Amino acid sequence: MRGMHKRFGAVAANADVDFAVRAGSLHGLIGENGAGKSTLMSVLYGLYQADRGQIEVFGQTVAIRRPDDAIALGIGMVHQHFMLVETLSALDNIMLGAEGHWRLRKAQAQVRPALDALMQQTGLHLNLNALVCDLPVGDRQRLEILKTLFRGARILVLDEPTAVLTPPETEQLFVVLRTLRSQGTTVILITHKLKEVMRLCDTVTVMRAGRVVQEMPIDQADVDVLAHAMVGRKVQLGRAAGAAKPAGPVLLRAQGLAWSDAARVRQVDGVSLDLRAGQITGLAGVSGNGQTPLLELLSGLRAPQAGSLDLVGQRFDAAQWLEPQTARHLGLAHVPEDRHARALVMEFEAWESAVLGYEATPAYSQRGWMRHRPMQAATAQLMAQFDVQPRNPHLRSSRFSGGNQQKLVLARELNQAPRVLLVGQPTRGVDIGAIEFIHGRLRALREAGCAILLVSSELDEILALSDRVLVMLQGRLVGDLDVAECTELALGRLMSGGTP
Amino acid sequence: MDETQWLALLTSTLRLSTPLVLCALAGLFSERSGIVDIGLEGKMLFAAFAAGAVGAWYGSTLLALGAAMAVAIAMSWLHGFACVRYPGDQVVSGLALNIIAAGLTVVLGAAWFGQGGQTPALGAQVRMGALWSPGAPGTGPLAWLQALLSLDLLVLASLALVPIAWWLLYRTRFGLRLRAVGENPHMVEAAGVSVERLRFAALTINGALCGLAGSYLVLAQSAQFSHNMTAGRGFMALAALIFGRWQPGLALWACLLFGFLDAASIRLQGLHIPTVGEVPVQLIQALPYVLTVVLLAGFVGKAVAPAALGKPYRKER
Amino acid sequence: MSAAPALPVWADRVLLPLVCLAVALGCAGAVVLLVGQSPVQVMGVLLDGAFGSPRGMCYVLYYATTFVFTGLAVAVAFHGGLFNIGGEGQAVVGGLATGLVALWLSPYVPAWVMLPLMVAAGALGGALWAAVPGYLQAYRGSHIVITTIMFNFIAASVLVYVMVNHVRAPGSMAIESAAFAPSAVLPSIQTALGWFGVDWVGSPLNLSFFLAIAASVGVYLFLWHSRSGYRLRVVGASPGAAQYAGIRVQRHVLVGMAMSGALAGLVGMNEISGVSGRLLLEFVSGAGFTGIGVALMGRNHPVGIVLASLLFGALFQGGAEVSFEVPGFGRDMVVMLQGFIVLFSGAMTYVIAPWLARGLAGLAWLAQRLQPAKDQERSGG
Repeated sequence: MRGMHKRFGAVAANADVDFAVRAGSLHGLIGENGAGKSTLMSVLYGLYQADRGQIEVFGQTVAIRRPDDAIALGIGMVHQHFMLVETLSALDNIMLGAEGHWRLRKAQAQVRPALDALMQQTGLHLNLNALVCDLPVGDRQRLEILKTLFRGARILVLDEPTAVLTPPETEQLFVVLRTLRSQGTTVILITHKLKEVMRLCDTVTVMRAGRVVQEMPIDQADVDVLAHAMVGRKVQLGRAAGAAKPAGPVLLRAQGLAWSDAARVRQVDGVSLDLRAGQITGLAGVSGNGQTPLLELLSGLRAPQAGSLDLVGQRFDAAQWLEPQTARHLGLAHVPEDRHARALVMEFEAWESAVLGYEATPAYSQRGWMRHRPMQAATAQLMAQFDVQPRNPHLRSSRFSGGNQQKLVLARELNQAPRVLLVGQPTRGVDIGAIEFIHGRLRALREAGCAILLVSSELDEILALSDRVLVMLQGRLVGDLDVAECTELALGRLMSGGTP
Repeated sequence: MDETQWLALLTSTLRLSTPLVLCALAGLFSERSGIVDIGLEGKMLFAAFAAGAVGAWYGSTLLALGAAMAVAIAMSWLHGFACVRYPGDQVVSGLALNIIAAGLTVVLGAAWFGQGGQTPALGAQVRMGALWSPGAPGTGPLAWLQALLSLDLLVLASLALVPIAWWLLYRTRFGLRLRAVGENPHMVEAAGVSVERLRFAALTINGALCGLAGSYLVLAQSAQFSHNMTAGRGFMALAALIFGRWQPGLALWACLLFGFLDAASIRLQGLHIPTVGEVPVQLIQALPYVLTVVLLAGFVGKAVAPAALGKPYRKER
Repeated sequence: MSAAPALPVWADRVLLPLVCLAVALGCAGAVVLLVGQSPVQVMGVLLDGAFGSPRGMCYVLYYATTFVFTGLAVAVAFHGGLFNIGGEGQAVVGGLATGLVALWLSPYVPAWVMLPLMVAAGALGGALWAAVPGYLQAYRGSHIVITTIMFNFIAASVLVYVMVNHVRAPGSMAIESAAFAPSAVLPSIQTALGWFGVDWVGSPLNLSFFLAIAASVGVYLFLWHSRSGYRLRVVGASPGAAQYAGIRVQRHVLVGMAMSGALAGLVGMNEISGVSGRLLLEFVSGAGFTGIGVALMGRNHPVGIVLASLLFGALFQGGAEVSFEVPGFGRDMVVMLQGFIVLFSGAMTYVIAPWLARGLAGLAWLAQRLQPAKDQERSGG
């Protein structure tokens, strides 16, 4: 792939990317969130179209407009979120689209021996007759890989394949990938885990902020070099605020939180953390490692299967968990990661979104009736305090820009003078000016004695604001550092699974 | 009840079930591909009208059948245009088609035939009659055979269509893709198969079957179209489909059950159940709907709908 | 196809329904042409029948009353994120409750006690009939569209059973109850105006019209001024946000459906108490489905619903006139038009809206082009 450019709105997801993979090799493509690796591979698979650039496959310049084209060229992709039909068998899922005969029984009979041979060849064993809904996650992934191989994939792209696997399943996957390589299949592995890359790959490309920053064969690379390339920013010296104040009392203590989703993947795996007054605790990590479920647990949106929570002196355990309204009464405020689906009601005008969660406070409603004037006045005031533009409480929430929406949400939550604040991805999709403003507000809140948990996939932000930094990887907390100890190296390693 | 009465009840059941079976199969294909079909009633009604009108004009059974099927297919395609091609609401679209059909059939009928919305009675050569009418009624096994042959072609065809539908759905490539698209259309699109084309194919089958159901009402059951003659059968077929958990075989049994209740309602009226008293006929009439609600409430096992049912498919990325 | 620009709010609320209405009228007009009548003539008869006389207008208001109830029912449920197709059945059960209470108590109780009792009974009956599907949806995941359709049919059977077996007036051929005592009858507008010495034409229009207006105001206040209504709207607009806010989604779904059913249950006050003074079989006859069209056209807002109810009322009244005057046409023409309206303003908005947006954008572009020319003229001249 040469000179690939791809913009999404104002963001250049890929900028002048040159990416080459030798046939029959295992190639790692690493980078943080937003580095551009998924975009690049999606262009390769025909899910997006590049704005500029050229693609050559096996020496031929090609145009890839749809997944069909990619499949025809021998490119197969295994997505992070599987594309399977649960109620059909594994065999049917593999066959779909390439059945070979209109009579199903006959097509199945024709396909089965080919699949058996393929399974033998690659070591990808699977019960073809089982329904997908009965298969464990590791098997489902094998199913996805088999699907691509069955369609004749010679180039296999895997997007964060080990995100949902247990360690033994990961080992099995590695065996399979090595086998595939030995048979001449080219494998591209998108991941943020350096350990895997070091163990498995022949060559590695590092992307950052939409560009390729490093490309080298594995024997020339080591974890440090890669971590540096991946994270590659200077730690901010001379940060705002004076000498480190001693941290206050613990306002929130979580112990042993555990939660698995419907697919029985352990999204939150024994997490314990303390939030202290007057301290910003940053939670770093590539998104998808359990941060979202953790925030939901801590704010009462979800109940864990195990664990306990002490919030401002009150204890909650898995049998009787926190509820969002109780949390609010206890002085916990939550700025959710998902502005659109949680933090605001996009259809409502700003003055109605601005009381979401607090509609029962006497200021806003009395004896069951909402008080419009106070609501609108309060919204206007919030907008003035937080510089939300346009300064119009009657504008529909969806019409505000991302930054202004976020400011509105922050205004609402901070207005409650919370003792504990959980904030997720506060500056995602927010312009520079608003970022500075939001950061300033968070610092001010810290000075006022609030305990803040900052979850962000932007390392810049974590380092700029936090006093302590926790790193989350695969549902577990793998690092707990004072910000002074945080070098990009240490963090990069933690985030990608190396040892600190 | 003696043997002749049982046989009469049986043939009556089969006759009353036929439009239900045909509509339920129509709904099966549509809903398995992910499209809610509230409009079965309207399609059946309009098809009945088309059969009655064309039958009266041209005196040909085949033309009447063809017209009925063409009209119902057109309605299905309209539904598809609003809901597959564009992300319109499937329930509202189906409802709209029902209302339009209810009104339009009478408007056209009154204007073209002047009988207040009815179409003229069709002569015997146009109507579908029994396969073979014997002279004197026989007894024993002969009576069974006579009963069987006293049914008309469409009744037997509808029964035959059930295993055919099953085969189409579970034993062909098309059926596999259809079932997949109703569960996870994104997967199907990513595998290189067009979701839109599959759904329109399902809608075409849906229309054809509704056309058969509607023409049965006019060609076999009552000889002419009259205002609102479907009388809720389309909804009962939908209930049967859901009661049959979106599977052809079970749906057939549900249709037969509902047909039996209809046929036996006169007989069951006045039946005394100890401690309850007399069973009112309205209870029997309402029973199919009550049973469906009970099933949906999860009290007698779960009815799991196709996962993508009712959700407009947008090629998102 | 390139993505069309989004519609501005005013266009979405006012212009789009009107455009959909126009398209529906166009289709109906095409059908009229097809059967050899003149659409213009038919339209003329319709409008004249609806608005050409005080009696006609009273009829329009009388029809509108029922539609306001069923339209509000659909709208309240929509705001809670649910599609309530069961308005028909809820109106039946509500009306049945109203009638039964009337039959039972009216000889013994004065009007000022009787009538509110009847209103309460109607609301309660409708609420219960909607609450069951609502409960099944909220707590057991049963799809509300299917359950409400089933409940429509069950309600019809229940009505027939009660009428035929328990309520039927002896010696009467028709299936109807005995007449209510006068305390259970809502006075007609003619009677009411007569109290003030005004001579007014007779029509079925009765005081329940004011009940409908009150209900509209009530729904408006509930949805946009009460805390419970705010929460219901959050549930309907964004279940994720509702969860985040700690709103009990299931409870609000249930309450929303109950309110919806209660509104539909008030139809009985118009038809049974106001017009016929006895229980009949056919007092709802499709009003529940018309309510869906009303809610769609009225964009689920009480003001829009009242206007849309007037529209549909006019169509029904005008349609009756058409069936008298134009040969070969019955009421069914209105039914057909109603179906077209539901189709275009309900399911086909995604088809029409982009074209409307492009049209508006084109007009705006044209206006811009014309502007500089004017400025030039001014500066040059």
